[in-house]
Amino acid sequence: MTEDPVLPAPREATDEAAREPLLVVEGLTKHFPVKGGFPVRRTVGQVQAVDGIDLTVHVGESFGLVGESGCGKSTTGRLITRLIEPTAGTITYRGRDIGHASRKQLAPIRSEIQMIFQDPYSSLNPRQTVGKIVSGPMEINGIEPDGGREKRVRELLEIVGLNPEHYNRFPHEFSGGQRQRIGVARALALEPKLIVADEPVSALDVSIQAQVVNLLQKVQRELGIAFLFIAHDLAVVRHFSQRVAVMYLGKVIEVGDRDSIYTRPRHPYTHALLSAVPEVNVTDEDTGGRERIRLAGDVPSPINPPSGCRFRTRCWKARDRCAAEEPPLVQLSGNHDGHLTACHFPEDPTTAREEDIVLDPALAALEGESK
Amino acid sequence: MTPAFLSVRDLHVSFRTEDGVVRAVDGLSFDLDQGKTLGIVGESGSGKSVTNLTILGLHNPLFTTVEGEIVLDGQELTTAHESELEKLRGNKVAMIFQDPLSALSPYYTVGRQIAEPYMKHTGASRKAAWKRAVEMLGKVGIPHPAERAKDYPHQFSGGMRQRAMIAMALICDPDLLIADEPTTALDVTVQAQILDLLKDLQREFGTAIIFITHDLGVIADMADDIMVMYAGGAIERGTVREVLRSPRHPYTWGLLNSMPRLDSDLSTPLSPVPGAPPSLLTPPPGCRFHPRCAFQDRVGGNRCVTERPLLAPDRASACHLTAQQKHTIFIDEIKPRLRHGQEDTA
Repeated sequence: MTEDPVLPAPREATDEAAREPLLVVEGLTKHFPVKGGFPVRRTVGQVQAVDGIDLTVHVGESFGLVGESGCGKSTTGRLITRLIEPTAGTITYRGRDIGHASRKQLAPIRSEIQMIFQDPYSSLNPRQTVGKIVSGPMEINGIEPDGGREKRVRELLEIVGLNPEHYNRFPHEFSGGQRQRIGVARALALEPKLIVADEPVSALDVSIQAQVVNLLQKVQRELGIAFLFIAHDLAVVRHFSQRVAVMYLGKVIEVGDRDSIYTRPRHPYTHALLSAVPEVNVTDEDTGGRERIRLAGDVPSPINPPSGCRFRTRCWKARDRCAAEEPPLVQLSGNHDGHLTACHFPEDPTTAREEDIVLDPALAALEGESK
Repeated sequence: MTPAFLSVRDLHVSFRTEDGVVRAVDGLSFDLDQGKTLGIVGESGSGKSVTNLTILGLHNPLFTTVEGEIVLDGQELTTAHESELEKLRGNKVAMIFQDPLSALSPYYTVGRQIAEPYMKHTGASRKAAWKRAVEMLGKVGIPHPAERAKDYPHQFSGGMRQRAMIAMALICDPDLLIADEPTTALDVTVQAQILDLLKDLQREFGTAIIFITHDLGVIADMADDIMVMYAGGAIERGTVREVLRSPRHPYTWGLLNSMPRLDSDLSTPLSPVPGAPPSLLTPPPGCRFHPRCAFQDRVGGNRCVTERPLLAPDRASACHLTAQQKHTIFIDEIKPRLRHGQEDTA
């Protein structure tokens, strides 16, 4: 296995090109019906998985989408790749609305938007050889690269750090990390412009995870492919993405460049999320300055989300206005350009807070006893 | 010196499979004192879960060979009869599993499942046990415990189910709690709640905890001592401070280096450990880590390939590098890469 394989000439992403929007999502909504009742099953409710989100991914940009389980981040990824059809809203890819495009209309676009899946075990067909899996997309699209498909597949395997000699092996002969590399090679087969990666490293061990993150980063930078990187691990997303959107219960609650989101978050939920990440202090200094916010309870049900601001049921700053009025996603004063926050009572644009916030009733009681 | 509360000596666990004998745990020794937390960290297949299933005798005896000693409070467990182990489980030793949904029975109410070990081990009446279960549910932070105890597991959210598991584990006031990846299936905000809860309950009950996880961040938050496992053996052990701030084993360096942190430098790529963990069917000779180790050429001769380094009982790492070498390599080569990103917050 070579560490630094030769890559095809990189498509230089100039500043101007980077500003060019590749994908624009407006008011994207997906409601799944909930069926119930007997003897006739009817729709008794709607799971509001994604409820009116706006996103823009620029050419060659890596865009991170973070949130806890059930916040709608995976549904967003599946909507953008049009694996499912949106209930409302538009998905504009390079100037064309693909939100309700037919199968036929989608065919040419499908080759430009590829997907990498979370589970490297279930996303590869166990009966197909690596060669067959990676050349599959070319076969379907009738693409015959110079020198034949096999040569191209071998090139791709080398790009993702696999031995091209493994062309005829089956997925079970590879480890989890290597399987994920096969998934990456398959996604690259058609030279896509956008790759939607849904939790691509969360099933892997730490030491292997870093290998795959580095590979994706190399592919993104050197081939100039835009990435929509969906993950729940904030540290991984920070490493990979230039811009980040935080989702909560079907809404984008904060979006901005990486620095703004990680060092000057304004939304209370972003603060809570960052403070909840367990961290290793590897330095000798006792920093101790990390804020500690413990939210109470769990994410509410998306079938019957709270009125107004969806975070208000777990928010320590919630007031009457939060229940009555949904906060718009806007640029607050003090925010950097493009840093948007949806909150009526945003936090100060600082990094750490003075006192801890503990909203968990059991913990509050225990802490009260020990005092 | 009084003997440790739990003492594991030279433990070997192997499974017979179709492909051959898998040596899941190969020569493991450790001690745990009362009221302390030992964090076991390692990647999948490193033997961390197998070790703890063996403590409780939960392995399948038909296919498993266990050698070595496990002594809990003076009682030898590897040779103990099933009926003796039954008296221990859920009473003196309790366990919390990763996936609370599959660990709870869908057919019984949460309250009944929590009350069951209490009735069995203390001989309490159904009514008294129920009362105690409700009390425990309240302790772990379930709102309206008297009503929620009548619910079935599917009516609980993920975080609440894990709280119910903790209530069940602690109802008999165990001396040892084994938590096997208790927060891996949970979201970060809920994980933070559960970790805080475990710490507070430990302070209240004085329970010793073995905390198994693959997340060094969680360990740093929870444990007093850390044991790092790789391919069936312990490769480094020490207090949290020692292991995380001056680690002595190349694998621990690799783990710390490959882990993205919220304060790490973004201009350089992550430094992963090359290669993949070895197969336990045919583990490499000598040091299990040598095929992935970048420092083996600094050890004289061919020792890394021929001789398996052993972990001394005290603060130590299983590596042939001399203590001086480990120290200089860490200070000169590893630490500068870990420290970056710290400057801009200062």
